[in-house]
Order: sequence, then structure tokens, then C-alpha cells
Amino acid sequence: MAVAADHWMEARGPSAPDEAHCLAVREVSHSFGKRKALDSVSFSIAPSDFTVLLGQNGAGKTTLFSLITRLYDNRSGSIRVLGMEVRKRPSAALALIGAVFQQRTLDLDLTVRQNLRYHAALHGMAGHETRARIEAELRRVGMLERIDDRVRSLSGGQMRRVEIAGALLHRPKLLLLDEPTVGLDIGSRQAILEHVHELCREQGLGVLWATHLIDEVGPQDRVIVLHQGRVLAEGASEEVVRTAGASSIREAFTRLTGAAASERSRS
Amino acid sequence: MSPSHYLRCFAGIQIREGLRFVNQRGRFVAALVRPLVWLFIFAAGFRGVLGVSIIPPYQTYVLYEVYITPGLIGMILLFSGMQSSLSMVYDREMGSMRTLMVSPFPRWFLLGSKLLAAVFVAMLQVYVFLAIAWFWRIQPPAHGYLTVIPALILSGLMLGSIGLLISSVVKQLENFAGVMNFVIFPMFFASSALYPLWRVRESSVLLYQICAVNPFTHAVELVRFALYGQFNPTALLWVLAYLVVFLALAIYGYDPSRGLLARRAAVPG
Repeated sequence: MAVAADHWMEARGPSAPDEAHCLAVREVSHSFGKRKALDSVSFSIAPSDFTVLLGQNGAGKTTLFSLITRLYDNRSGSIRVLGMEVRKRPSAALALIGAVFQQRTLDLDLTVRQNLRYHAALHGMAGHETRARIEAELRRVGMLERIDDRVRSLSGGQMRRVEIAGALLHRPKLLLLDEPTVGLDIGSRQAILEHVHELCREQGLGVLWATHLIDEVGPQDRVIVLHQGRVLAEGASEEVVRTAGASSIREAFTRLTGAAASERSRS
Repeated sequence: MSPSHYLRCFAGIQIREGLRFVNQRGRFVAALVRPLVWLFIFAAGFRGVLGVSIIPPYQTYVLYEVYITPGLIGMILLFSGMQSSLSMVYDREMGSMRTLMVSPFPRWFLLGSKLLAAVFVAMLQVYVFLAIAWFWRIQPPAHGYLTVIPALILSGLMLGSIGLLISSVVKQLENFAGVMNFVIFPMFFASSALYPLWRVRESSVLLYQICAVNPFTHAVELVRFALYGQFNPTALLWVLAYLVVFLALAIYGYDPSRGLLARRAAVPG
């Protein structure tokens, strides 16, 4: 057995219609008390898809991420990672997911290597394999020369790159990023955005990139517009712009969310 | 998942907690100074006031310092258990809890590994404390230093699981400070750590009954007997029972479908 993710792949169940998708979310709703955080959300992500989950703060992005990574369970609908239902087969599904969270997850007092070793251990990876994977992923993000530096000495952008390297150690098929560029300068933002695009192209990773920053949507990307827990539009970004009768994704977003707001106030 | 996967994950969590501990020397010193202050100052002051008659496991009259040493060991375990769960709340706010939770291993295993890692760190503190106490003429029999190990592990796990349970219920760090005051101090003072229970009964039967069901009392008594190479089955049963109950509740609290995390609104985003 080479890698943790592959190991769990072997244990896959009978084929399901959503198996071809890295991620298939179907009719997922979730409430906290009376507040409905997600309202029958459906979408899917194919391999090599770079999908931007666009929504303002409070749109439900973090709730959706928490459900996909099973911080807590969805009550209705289904979430499948390569055909595996997260709620029923959490180990198999989680082994296929790499996640970069909004909050910093690295331990500042430990070195880059120590932090990444911990990540690898949490996926049950063996020592020699861990070493090789850490070096390979750090090289890819251009952080190999900082491997024995304490995380505290890194810049915000560098920490993000290390976190991305950590999320990829176990060779996931689906990469989730929750507002990964928050607090970064324009240069680092651009670099990280390009890097993840590259991963997506070269490795066939399915990527779900949650953001409230409209300018992070590229013309080739797929977009899901999430507003007040509902999906208002889904598709290639040019298509979403065209359908909304707008000239740019910014205008399309404003129109879609504006229309949803006025619809809500009417009802 | 094979046992070797589990072993690697377990080892990884132990190493991380160990490294964190090494990097937080301030925490180590604080954890050591606290019981030493009690030993050097409080116990010295009360030596003349509180006489301790011959009660098991002691075979002679003992100085008050000797009597409270197991209580102070309990204090180290108690603070460490609460502190490691404090770090859970901190981790949850900071995101490293998320790292742990996206691991494909079962959650009970991840939480248990983390709990045990905290106990190992606390045991290190206990032995340094005992080494210093030795020079203060608190000298339990040599084999006591070995026989106390299982008592430390069990008591540490039990107290840590109380902390874990609290961390699953508490929303924010600010609330946690309050919980510390309402949990640590009552547990410590309403126990046999500072005074034998027969003395408590003389002054208040109600307080005695509270002390008698206090989990901390049984943790301290288990450690006290084990430190003198003796076995206290009553304390062991109490500690085991409390361990099972608190750990089950804590794991329930962190369960994705039933637990309290699910009922709580996430950070908006």
C-alpha cells in the first residue's frame, strides 16, 4: 500500500451514479435552531474542475465546508466524495479530501517539517513515505528551503503555501479551500490562486475554492453563487454571466443576489 | 485501516503534544511552581495547625507535607487535564482542531490519543515535582515511584476526560475561564487532597458526602495508596466508573451527528 488515500479507495463500495464526481452535493439543507444555513443545496465537481464557491460572509460557505469535512453531519440530502457518502463512510471519504481552512492550522512554535509530519501521521502515513511526500509537496510550493524553519518566521502567504502542501500529502482527490487568501497581499493571493489552478490541471484534482472576493473568479473557472444558503447559479463563469444578462461576473453576482433579496422581501 | 496506521497516527499525536510541551517551557515552570508553592508555604504554615493521625496507607504519624503531596500530584493532573482541554477550545477557535477532525481515523481514537498525550506530559511534571519534594524529605518507598504509574495514568485520563467534556460544551475561551473557577477550585477543596475526610465529617456531614462523591477525591486516594505501594480498590472502581462516564459523554459531545458541535451555529461564512 503506497498512500493512505489509495488504501481507502480499495475499499470502495458498489458504483454509484455520483461516483465520477469528486464531490456531489444533493439537496443538502442545514439549520442551526431556526436559522436555515443551507437550503437544499445541490452541485457537483468533476475531476480537474476548479470551482469557485462565491458568496458573501454568512452565505453558508463555512457550514457547507463543515458538512463536507464532517465536523458535523448533514441532516438531509447527501454529500458524496467519489461516490462515497460522507455520513455513512466518513473514513473512506475523509481520506480523499484535502482541506485548507480559513483559520490558521499550523503550530507556530513548530518547524514546517514537524507540522507536516503531524498532518501525515493523522492520515496514518509511514515514515519513509512521509519524508518523500513532504519534500515533494514543499518543493512544488517553493518552500523546501524553509523546511526546518519555525512557522512563526514565515509570512502569511508562505504559511498558506505550507498548509496547501500539508493538505496534499496524502494525495487527495478533492481539495477544499475556505477563504484561503484572507489577509494576504495581492502578490501572494495571485501566486496561490495560480498554484492551485496548476494543481487542478496537472493532477486532475477537483477543487472547491470558497471566497467572497469576486476578482478571484477566472474566466475559465466554474462558479457556484451561494446566497443566504441557496444556490442562485451554477456553471462556467461565462455562462453564469450570460444567463444573468450581465457583462461581468461582478455585475452578474450583484444582479443575482439583488434579485434574490427583492424576491425575499416580496414574499 | 490496519493497526499500523493507527499506531502511526497515535505516535504522531504524542510527538506533536510532546514538541508543543517542550516549546512551552513557561507552561512547564508554571505547572511546577503551583504545587511547590503549596508544599513549601501552605503546608509549612499549616503543619502545626493540622495534625494527621495514623490512617492508611501511612504506618506512622506523618507530617502535613507528606499528607498533601498526593493531593498536589492530583493538582498537577487536574490542572493539566483542564489545560489540555483549554487548548482544545483554543485549537477549535484557531483551526488546528479542524486538522484533527478531518483525519480519517474515528473520532474517539483521535480524542483518546490526544487525552493520553496530555497525561504523559502531566506525568513528567509529576516526577519532577516528586524529585524536588524528595529533598523536602517527602520520601515515599522507592517502589512507590513505580507503582504510582498506573494510578497516574488512570487518574489523569479521568480528569482529562472531564476537561474534554467541558471543552465540547463550552463555546468560547472566555467562558472557559469561568468554568475553571467553578470546576477546579471546588473539586480541589472539596476533596481529600488537603485534609483527611474523617476530619471533614467532624465539621460537616454534608460536606463530607460531597467530598466522598467528588471524582478528585478518588483520584487523589488512588495516587496516595499507589505511592506507598498499596492498592485501593474502592478508589480504583470510582475512578474507572467516572472515567467511563466522562469519556463517553465527551465523545458524544464531539460526535458529528448527535453532539453539541452540530447544534451550535458555525462561524458565519
